[in-house]
Amino acid sequence: MISIWFFIGFSLLINGALILAAGLYQLATPPAEVTIVLYNLHANVWWGALLFVIGLFYCIQFRPKHA
Amino acid sequence: MMPVMAMFAMERLVKLAPVDIVIIVFYFALVLAIGWYLKGQSNTGEDFFMAGREMSSWVAGLSFLSANLGALELMGWAGSAYQYGILATHWYWIGAIPAMLFLALVMMPFYYISKTHSVPGYLKLRFGEPARALSAISFGFMTVLMSGVNMFAMAKVMQIVLGWNLNFSILISSLTVAVYVTLGGLRSAIFNEVLQFFLIWAGALLIPILGLYEAGGWGHLKVLIAQRASEQYVHLWSGLGAFNSNPMGIHWTGIVFGLGAVISMGYWTTDFLVVQRILAAKDLRSAEMAPIIGAGFKMFVPLIVILPGLLGLGLLPMHLTGEAQAAITGGHSYNDVLPLMLARYCGPGLLGLGVTALIAGFMSGMAGNVSAFTTVWTYDIYRPMINSKGTDKHYVSMGRWTTVIGVVISILTAYLVMHAASIMDYVQALFSFFIAPLFGTVVLGMLWKRATGPAGFLGLLCGTCTSIGMWGWVHADPTALRYVALSPYAKPMAQDMYQALWSFVVCVIVTVLVSLVTKPKTDAELDGLVMGLTKIPRVENVPLYHKPIFWAGVVVVIFLALNIIFW
Repeated sequence: MISIWFFIGFSLLINGALILAAGLYQLATPPAEVTIVLYNLHANVWWGALLFVIGLFYCIQFRPKHA
Repeated sequence: MMPVMAMFAMERLVKLAPVDIVIIVFYFALVLAIGWYLKGQSNTGEDFFMAGREMSSWVAGLSFLSANLGALELMGWAGSAYQYGILATHWYWIGAIPAMLFLALVMMPFYYISKTHSVPGYLKLRFGEPARALSAISFGFMTVLMSGVNMFAMAKVMQIVLGWNLNFSILISSLTVAVYVTLGGLRSAIFNEVLQFFLIWAGALLIPILGLYEAGGWGHLKVLIAQRASEQYVHLWSGLGAFNSNPMGIHWTGIVFGLGAVISMGYWTTDFLVVQRILAAKDLRSAEMAPIIGAGFKMFVPLIVILPGLLGLGLLPMHLTGEAQAAITGGHSYNDVLPLMLARYCGPGLLGLGVTALIAGFMSGMAGNVSAFTTVWTYDIYRPMINSKGTDKHYVSMGRWTTVIGVVISILTAYLVMHAASIMDYVQALFSFFIAPLFGTVVLGMLWKRATGPAGFLGLLCGTCTSIGMWGWVHADPTALRYVALSPYAKPMAQDMYQALWSFVVCVIVTVLVSLVTKPKTDAELDGLVMGLTKIPRVENVPLYHKPIFWAGVVVVIFLALNIIFW
């Protein structure tokens, strides 16, 4: 049976990758008009990376194993 | 213009980028995939209704907490924090932690050893069929109505925040919940609740981090709040000496005795919506540890709920008001504070995750309502009152159909509320009527062997009637609040506290008096149900850190420290 922790890791991994990618894209092509506060901190880059790393750890640690 | 309709006409708060839509769609796909994956593992009644009773303490504990962490809870309490300040934290600390620990250490052994499927099921074992019938029918009816009310409120939120169509929000979210609970039963609901718990934290935790950075730390935030509102907005206890010395208009006795000793005890120890998750634990130790783990995390939920509200109070350029005034002025209401903070800090991707956290919160709450309703209907209403001779397979089939029917009733309730908004207030009030007296009945049943069956039923009935009577009295004559809450300065928030306190007191008095004049059960009949007559298995010779009492002590120390720090 696949562990619940694997599903959680998979979810964090994909979400982290998407957020990180969106953040990097925004770094490469800055928006003409900044609508959020503290844009200069690029939260989506480091928060996305953090979720990605945690998700990767959970995916490896709780990966499905064949009997 | 009617306030509700005016809100519908408001401009949406946030605009999603394509990556945000992908994140939301991925979430829906994943929860459905989990339900599909688990469909083959819910073929027996024990699997479908009790998740096979094989959940670890962590899974049961996080699910226990997640079932309560709905989107309306997140947004509503963030709004309350903006309106009343840090006082709203009482609902997370004294209004939850003592009750969760009491459930773990005192009540859980009896729920677990009696092998009951539900809280009404325990009442049947302890007090007999009338008490179970009263509790099961009221719980089942109210749970499914509450689910509909929450569904409507969530759809309204999605419309205001994202500009989504009301029908679209209701149908897509409710059908998703219906599919994954019907397929995988309680196990599927629990798995998704744990997933939702992580998503809620991942989506919401960035707001306090960035907010505190912007404010310059907690010390500076307190100064900003004192300038904009009052110093009392950042003190938990120091303003509770009098009704008129704090923003909530409540006295410390209401918080300690009404909220801490009755309402929260009633909710966290007898509301089957949350207790069901713990009953799915794999053994007694896990069942005891699960609420303690839940309490450990519950203490930190104010970080993602209360702190964003306080940050909004200190940092947002606009002034938020009540719903009615916001509708007239076209401004934002208190309940908008969390989406406003989300929009303030979150760019593409993060916004999608934040919105997913809100949707996940709503769906975990709804799945909790539906799975609890399904179990109570099947085991406590259908089986004893309608068809007691069905096979296990028949009851599982009934459970699956009940899930679908429960969702359909919820949807109908949501549309009913849409056409008559006042129904929402009545349903929410009705739900609170049963919780406080139910706690009185259950706790007396567990701790006092002399309590009899007729006494349990009559105590529950009289307590509930007291609650309804007081609510009706204040509803008809608002000045009556001064008598219910014992002060002319009491505000509406105090009503719930004192109404619960009096209904609990009436329930206990009636139960005790009737017990003294009716015949008790024998000790043998109460084995496994009552303290003092039940041998509770304890694991000896294990390290201290393996014992639930140790971790409960750790939680108590942190709980006390937090209350002193924010006194």
